Amino acid sequence: MEALKDKLESSFLVFENDLNGEALGEVHSRRKAAFDRFVESGFPTKRHEEWKYTNLKPILKHDYRVFLSDDNTVDFSAIKKFFLSDTDTYKLVFIDGYYSSWLSETTHDKFDICTFSSMLTKYRDVAEKYFNKALPKEEALASVNTAFAKEGAFIRIKRNQTADKPVELIFITTDHGVEAMSQPRNLVVVEENAEVSILERHQSLSSKPVLTNVATEIFALRDARVNYYKIQNDVHTASLIDSTSVKQYANSSVTIGTFALGNKFVRNNLNFFLEEEHTQSYLDGITIIDEGQTIDHHTLVDHKVPNCYSDQLYKGIYDGNAHGVFNGKVMVHPHAQKTNAFQQNNNILLTDKASIDTKPQLEIYADDVKCSHGCTIGQLDDDALFYMRSRGIPEKEAKALLLYAFANDSLRNVKIPALRKKLNRQIAKKLNVNLDFEL
Amino acid sequence: MLKISNLQAGIEGKEILKGIDLEVKPGEVHAIMGPNGSGKSTLSSVIAGREDYVVNGGNIDFEGEDLLDLGADERAHKGIFLSFQYPVEIPGVTVTNFIKTAINESRKAKGLEPMPANEMLKKMREKMGLLEIDNAFLSRSLNEGFSGGEKKRNEIFQMAMLEPKLAILDETDSGLDIDALRIVANGVNKLKNKDNAVIVITHYQRLLDYIVPDFVHVLHKGRIVKSGDKTLAHELEAKGYDWLKEETVQG
Repeated sequence: MEALKDKLESSFLVFENDLNGEALGEVHSRRKAAFDRFVESGFPTKRHEEWKYTNLKPILKHDYRVFLSDDNTVDFSAIKKFFLSDTDTYKLVFIDGYYSSWLSETTHDKFDICTFSSMLTKYRDVAEKYFNKALPKEEALASVNTAFAKEGAFIRIKRNQTADKPVELIFITTDHGVEAMSQPRNLVVVEENAEVSILERHQSLSSKPVLTNVATEIFALRDARVNYYKIQNDVHTASLIDSTSVKQYANSSVTIGTFALGNKFVRNNLNFFLEEEHTQSYLDGITIIDEGQTIDHHTLVDHKVPNCYSDQLYKGIYDGNAHGVFNGKVMVHPHAQKTNAFQQNNNILLTDKASIDTKPQLEIYADDVKCSHGCTIGQLDDDALFYMRSRGIPEKEAKALLLYAFANDSLRNVKIPALRKKLNRQIAKKLNVNLDFEL
Repeated sequence: MLKISNLQAGIEGKEILKGIDLEVKPGEVHAIMGPNGSGKSTLSSVIAGREDYVVNGGNIDFEGEDLLDLGADERAHKGIFLSFQYPVEIPGVTVTNFIKTAINESRKAKGLEPMPANEMLKKMREKMGLLEIDNAFLSRSLNEGFSGGEKKRNEIFQMAMLEPKLAILDETDSGLDIDALRIVANGVNKLKNKDNAVIVITHYQRLLDYIVPDFVHVLHKGRIVKSGDKTLAHELEAKGYDWLKEETVQG
C-alpha cells in the first residue's frame, strides 16, 4: 500500500506538469487540496471504522501503472456485449481512460452528454459550481480520484428537458501486459424538472490485475428525476472502488441501482445528501457472488431536512467462500422531522464458507419520524425446494427460481426494459440455469 | 399402477411406517384414513419423494419402475402429484410463472418442446373455470397471503394443469369451508377418468361424501389395520377411531 501511495505522490507531480496553464485554476486547487488530504491520511486500513470488514491491502499491493498509454484500440465487436441491445442510447466510451469518439454517441443539442475534460474547458462555471462539491472530503479513495480528475462523463440535462434516450457509460481497460489502474471521474447535473436514465459499467479486457477507482457526483436539482444503474460484472482479475455522492434538492427523485455480479473485489461508497425537502431516494442492490469474490456496499443517507423519503433494498446471494458486506447508515438530523427512512438487507448464504457482515446504522435525532431497518441471513428453504420438486421442477432449477425470486424485488426501479432484460439474463447465467424468467 | 409392498420408513431414527401394503389400479379412488400420528402424511411424503424420510425396507413400484430410485422431480415427471396439506408460500414467483415452469420442466424431461404460449393460456383458462378461479389470482405470488381455501384450490388447479396419473390429496379438506370443499371436490371428480387414480388422505369422512372412494384403508401406528369399501368410512365416522384400536388389539 505504501508503494502505491509513493507512486501516486510522484505521479501527481507528473500530472500537474502536464496540465500547463490549467494548473492555476479553481478546479486544480480543489485537486491539490484533495491530494494533500490523501497524503496526510494515506489509504484506509482495517483500523478505520468504515473499513473494518474489508481489507484493501491485497488490492493495493499491486504495482499498478497509473498512466496508461493510448496505443491500444478496441474493436466494437469485442465490446458489443457490454452495451444494451435492441435499444437506442447515447454512449460515452472510454478506452484506458481516453475518450473514444468513434465508439461514442454524444450530444450538445438540448442537453450535454459529453466528456468531463470538455466540460472543464467549455463550462468553467459548471466545473467551479459542482466539481467535488458532493463527495465527502474524508474518503481517501475519492480524494485520490479527485486529485487526478481529468476524464470521464459529463451529463447535464437542462431545465425541463427529458433525455430522449438512456445514456451508457462504458469504461474499458485493455491489456497492457502490466497491472493497470484507472480513475474515471463523472459529473451529472440534472437541472430543474429534468430527467435522465444512466447506465455505468467498467470492463477489463486484461489478464493482469486491474483497479478502477471511479468517482461520480450527481446533482438532482428541484423536481429532477434521475435513474442511475451500475452493472458490476467484471472479470475476476478486476477490482472496483466506486465513490458516488448524490445531492438532492426539493422534490427530486433519485434511484441508484447497484447490480454486483462479478469482479474480484468491489467497494461501493454511496452517499445521499438531502439538501431540501420532499425528496425521494431509492437505493437498490443485488449481489450474487462466488468463490474468491468480495463485494462491500457502504451507504449513507443524510436526512438533513424534514419531509424526505428514503428506501434501501439490498439483496445478496453468496456461494463458495464469497464475502459480502452491507453497512447502511441513515442519519436523521434534529430538524429533519417527518422523515421516512427505510432500509432492508436480506442475504442467503449457500455454503458454510460464505459470509456476510451486515450492519444497519440508524442515527436518529428527530422525534417525529418513521424509520425502519431489517436484515436477514438465511439459507434456502427446504420445504419450498421439496414443494417445487414435487411439481416436476428439478433441484437446480428450483434453487435458481427461488434465488431469482429472492433477488428480484431489487430490480423494482429498473425503468429501462432492455436493461431489465439484460439483468434478468445475467442473473440467470450467474445462477447457472437456462430459465426464462420473463414470464 | 402403484404397488407398495412392506414399506417401512421413518424420520430422524424414528420408525413411522411399519410395513405398508397397498395396490392402486387405474381408475380407482382410495381413501386412507386414520387418527393423528398414524403415519398418513409420512406415507404421502415417502411416495412423493421427500428426502427427509428414510426408507428402511420394502418397495414402491409405479408402472413397473422402482420409485425409490427416483428424485421427487423425476417422480413428478412419471405422473405422481402430491397436493400438500400445507402448501408452501413462495414470494416473488407468480402462480403463472410457477405452473409454466413446472409444465415445461416435465415436458423437457420427456424430450418435448415447451408448451406454446397460446396453448398454455387456453389450458389455464379452461382449468380456472373448473375451479372458479379468477384472473387476478394468476399474477399473485405463489400461496403468499392466500387464504386456506385459496391454497387448496391452487393445489388442485396445479393438479389440473399437470394432469398426473396418480394424485395424492393430503388432508385437502382441512381448512376448507363447505363451499370451497364442494368446488375442490368437484374439480377432482371432473379430472378423474379410467386411466388415472387418486389417493385421498383424510382424518374425516366429510370429503368422502364428495369424492367417493372405491376402497377405504385405515392406518394405525404405521400399519393398514383394516380395508373395506366406502361403508368403512361411515363406520369410522359413527364410531370414531377408538373402537378400531380395541379391535386391533383383540384381533
